[in-house]
Amino acid sequence: MTGGPLLSVRGLKVVFGLDEGSVRAVDGVSFDVMPGQVVGIVGESGCGKSVTTKAMLQLVDPPGRIAAGEMLFRRAGGDAVDLARLDPRGREIREIRGAEIALIPQEPMASFSPVHTVGEQIVEAIRLHARQWRPEGGAVSRADARAIVVDLFRDVGISMPEQRLDSYSWQLSGGLRQRAMIAMALSCKPRLLIADEPTTAIDVTTQAQVLALLRDLQKRHGTAIVFITHDLGVIAQMASHVVVMYLGRVMEEGPVDAIFHAPRHPYTRALLRSMPGMRGETRVALPTISGTLPHPFNRPAGCPFHPRCEEAIAGRCQARVPVLRPVGGGQSASCFLHHDEAEAT
Amino acid sequence: MSGPDGAQPLLRVRNLRKFFPIVKGVFSRTVGHVRAVDDVGFDVHEGETLGLVGESGCGKTTTSRCILRAMAPTSGEMLYRRRDGSTVDLAPLSRRELRPLRAEIQMIFQDPFGSLNPRMTLFDNVGEPLLVNGMSNRGERMDRVAELLRLVGLRPEFMHRFPHAFSGGQRQRIGIARALSTNPRLVVADEPVSALDVSVQAQVLNLLLELQQRLRLTFLFVAHDLSVVRHISDRVAVMYVGQIVELAPTKSIFERPLHPYTAALLKAVPVADPRVPAGDVLLKGEVPSPASPPAGCYFNPRCPFADERCRREAPVLRELATGHSVRCHHAERLQLAVPQERIDPAGRSG
Repeated sequence: MTGGPLLSVRGLKVVFGLDEGSVRAVDGVSFDVMPGQVVGIVGESGCGKSVTTKAMLQLVDPPGRIAAGEMLFRRAGGDAVDLARLDPRGREIREIRGAEIALIPQEPMASFSPVHTVGEQIVEAIRLHARQWRPEGGAVSRADARAIVVDLFRDVGISMPEQRLDSYSWQLSGGLRQRAMIAMALSCKPRLLIADEPTTAIDVTTQAQVLALLRDLQKRHGTAIVFITHDLGVIAQMASHVVVMYLGRVMEEGPVDAIFHAPRHPYTRALLRSMPGMRGETRVALPTISGTLPHPFNRPAGCPFHPRCEEAIAGRCQARVPVLRPVGGGQSASCFLHHDEAEAT
Repeated sequence: MSGPDGAQPLLRVRNLRKFFPIVKGVFSRTVGHVRAVDDVGFDVHEGETLGLVGESGCGKTTTSRCILRAMAPTSGEMLYRRRDGSTVDLAPLSRRELRPLRAEIQMIFQDPFGSLNPRMTLFDNVGEPLLVNGMSNRGERMDRVAELLRLVGLRPEFMHRFPHAFSGGQRQRIGIARALSTNPRLVVADEPVSALDVSVQAQVLNLLLELQQRLRLTFLFVAHDLSVVRHISDRVAVMYVGQIVELAPTKSIFERPLHPYTAALLKAVPVADPRVPAGDVLLKGEVPSPASPPAGCYFNPRCPFADERCRREAPVLRELATGHSVRCHHAERLQLAVPQERIDPAGRSG
């Protein structure tokens, strides 16, 4: 397990071919996830953060497709597999999906089946991915799986786990449902957990509980987490490494402290400034990012952020697309303010 | 209580209650009530922004709907001071009696996609309230819509386009233009920026602040996001299970909360600074159902300071310092101040 990333995404492109033209939802994204690391992907709507994680699980819905790039995932056995090349319906991705890479979706209500108890659904997952629990081979009996779920429920702080197991998702409160979803995600001992806005739909006191739970589980099990959110506060509290996305591209990435205290990309800086905080002056104008997010069919040429950028360099930023390059401090940025390297045209 | 300038408040809400019956069986027998709003009272002064915060189900939206008279309250008073100085109780008014007041009290909705009619151009969407209020001349309406669009930062030429051509932030501006078309005095905004991205949210908040100053508007601002409420409000009311548990000027409530629930809520907000350690989770369990709230103080099952009295006796909202009211038996004795680093952490001051 030493050295080397658990997941290495390089030049990922996801394209949606629509009648009106094609939309490059993810346009050359690269980042690494080290074993046991929490990587936060942050960005506003339409930046491609959710599509990136869907691509990692081969769950991009048509007309979307992975057009280029690789996603090297180191499997439990030690050999690497390129997730981008797997057949979405094939055996290998089905072995990985839900077992080695698990997902905590945004909407726990929509993600559980309403006609099966939550216990049944998790038992099914455990029995399907029996290898995660019985590495030497063999099946997990229904009773054994049930016992595992009871332990998991206790682990994620669900009181009276034996009773809750036989509840339907709609009988649980928002917080309990999200805990059950986390239990399900952990049920097959994943090595990589994808959390897609896991606390967006819940209240702030419940959110604090769920975030504390995820931090605690991460510490105890050492699971790597890719954490997707638009909430900079949640990112600051959860991630050790941050990837900032805009219009399908990575603008900047680096250690969490550097991103918040020494951001290098104008977009990261503008985003941090425009957020009303829990400190500072109230009832004064907030610094804003001028203009609006361009329509996906209407991507600007050059750097995608240049029409809204205060520091855009005339004649340069609209002509060429900057690539993501190290800029010191462990950070990388796609910006001509810091380097001169452009994408080949 | 009178306002800072000695004037009567624009709106005084007293003992407002809204209960929804829980019905069961073929004969729709009433078996209980959801006490969505349970004895709420506050004043809104002219020209100020009162923020109403709380978690889902706390009754903040129901309170705002009652004030708009989108629903009739079960009991209570809502005394509104009209432009001519006369005071009218909104609670018992009939539809017909409410009509002339509708122009004065307007609302801004949460969902910029659901609140505009997709089959109507901006001219019709924004101009309809004008037509309803008797501006039958089309040219006159056109002029007014153009003026309103300019006011919210949109180009007047946009008035012949349909809502689908606009982004979320632009649509929210259109919604604001429509709310302002009748020259309202009180604007109820229910989560007006929660559907928007951070960068767009800042633009809309700035617009609301600017319009408030220019037009001397009064806002009742309902939201769950504490940093947004902190930014825009002069005073804040915190709701929990249908009741106001604390009401104070923004600065006091955020720096020296007196109610344990407010303090826990503030600590639960993740601070956008990795150097600030995540706060301990203060609250266990979940919000009780407003259909069967616990005896005594509604917060007692989750409160770390609850004692015998809290389980037995319901506290009342009482004023502890000037303008700072709290519904807690023990508020004087609790030390709840927010840790300094959460207000101004080292390295990020200024």
